[in-house]
Amino acid sequence: MILQGIAFYVFAALLVASGVMVISARNPVHSVLFLILAFFQAAGLCLLMGAEFIAMILIIVYVGAVAVLFLFVVMMLDINFRELRQGAMEVLPLGALVGLILLAELAAVLGGWIVAPNVAAIAGAPTPAIDQVSNTQALGRLMYTQYVYLFQASGVVLLIAMIGAIVLTLRHRPGVRKQNIGAQISRRREDVVVIRKVPTGEGV
Amino acid sequence: MAEFWSGFLLPLIIMVLQILAITVPLLVAVAFMTYAERKIMGAMQMRQGPSIVGPFGLMQPFADGLKLFAKEQILPEGANRIVFYVAPMLTFFLALIAWAVIPFDYGVVLSNINVGVLYLFAISSLGVYGIVMAGWASNSRYAFLGALRSAAQMVSYEVSMGLIIITVLLCVGSLNLTDIVRAQEKVWFCIPLLPMFVMFFISALAETNRAPFDLPEGESELVAGFMVEYSSAPFALFFLGEYANMILMSAMTSILFLGGWLPPLPFAPFTWVPGIVWFALKIAFCLFTYVWVRATVPRYRYDQLMRLGWKVFLPLSLFWVVLTAGVLVTFGWLPK
Repeated sequence: MILQGIAFYVFAALLVASGVMVISARNPVHSVLFLILAFFQAAGLCLLMGAEFIAMILIIVYVGAVAVLFLFVVMMLDINFRELRQGAMEVLPLGALVGLILLAELAAVLGGWIVAPNVAAIAGAPTPAIDQVSNTQALGRLMYTQYVYLFQASGVVLLIAMIGAIVLTLRHRPGVRKQNIGAQISRRREDVVVIRKVPTGEGV
Repeated sequence: MAEFWSGFLLPLIIMVLQILAITVPLLVAVAFMTYAERKIMGAMQMRQGPSIVGPFGLMQPFADGLKLFAKEQILPEGANRIVFYVAPMLTFFLALIAWAVIPFDYGVVLSNINVGVLYLFAISSLGVYGIVMAGWASNSRYAFLGALRSAAQMVSYEVSMGLIIITVLLCVGSLNLTDIVRAQEKVWFCIPLLPMFVMFFISALAETNRAPFDLPEGESELVAGFMVEYSSAPFALFFLGEYANMILMSAMTSILFLGGWLPPLPFAPFTWVPGIVWFALKIAFCLFTYVWVRATVPRYRYDQLMRLGWKVFLPLSLFWVVLTAGVLVTFGWLPK
């Protein structure tokens, strides 16, 4: 129990510290690397709660795919930090507002937890006990039965986002030469090579 | 005090010894993998391969290692010092920690977690960070181009790899690696899922940056790609990490498709051999095929590599997931 407590505080402290470093690091690439560290600490916290599936998916999706592309883009951007910092003061009120809203939401969630501690237990009621089915199975059963329409709807939202990105970037340029592998492979020797006997002094 | 000993210190010591029992043979295997690769390639190209240091050149990997560690460490000008040194450490570290969940025999596993296959997938998808960080921190164009190629390549092939793993999981009904191997007691998955097996093997080649997909370090265009600025010990760490990753991917292939520690036929002369030997033999077979491919196939062009990943493997593996699910549901073969 003590070990778990120590692990929790290590993960939580590192999570907050790397979160602070994300916004305070001078180099944007360092910021992304700290963001990845923060994802890892969050995954560790999920593991401590026994949510191993969520932890692994967090690492696979966010660290393994999203953050790679993020890093990819940030590394190639040519950002002028001085200009960036000058503009920061103008959007500060907006940022503060977003932060306040998030804080209020967190307070609402945690406040509900403290005022009525059994609410969480009622909400979690459809999930069977942890010793009967594993975490992953419980999640699957819930997601493909009770919440199947919401699950499908979120898939559709992602699909629309993908189509939107394609529509925004797709343009047909004339004169682009593309490799047609099927045509290349189906070429036969007799279609392209002609052997001729060339008489001396006459040419083809 | 006695409680401290039996409740904390003793398990800790046992754990450290178990970890050593996995990593030390792994590093020895990595050393001899480099030797085997050179010998096999030599034989395939009608050369001798290393033959001077020790009997049959067996001491060659250790001579190479000593040479590497005795060289001068160079930090390129304008390089980002911390990221530059963290990158090879990360590569090496990731190649080692994945082995925590690999079952070597029934019950012989360091940590038998429920989501073993997801853990392996997560760790292998992190391998790209070592390369991207190395390429960026080196402050060199060759290294950076190698890193960019590698990032795009590994992300692309991970997608189809994930779908292939889902196909296997559909047939098993569990994410636990031990369960996956035990589900193959009747028939290895490489037989009913043969196209997936071939695609997984090719994706593994791309994921480990091996020939014919070794574009991140393609020496004919990028000198040595992302590791061009590295020398001495950091270079050795990259090298060890890459080979450990190859062995890991072979282990993953044998667990998912070749029946892990199971003997090829479930009766007498085969069952006498301990499971760990079968597992090692299967890994060795996969590694031999890696070298074989390297000695045979020329390097892909980059757009062809991307085309293969996105336009061939992704639709094909998606189709196969749907087909497998359909067959399992239609015939009522879904695992309980």
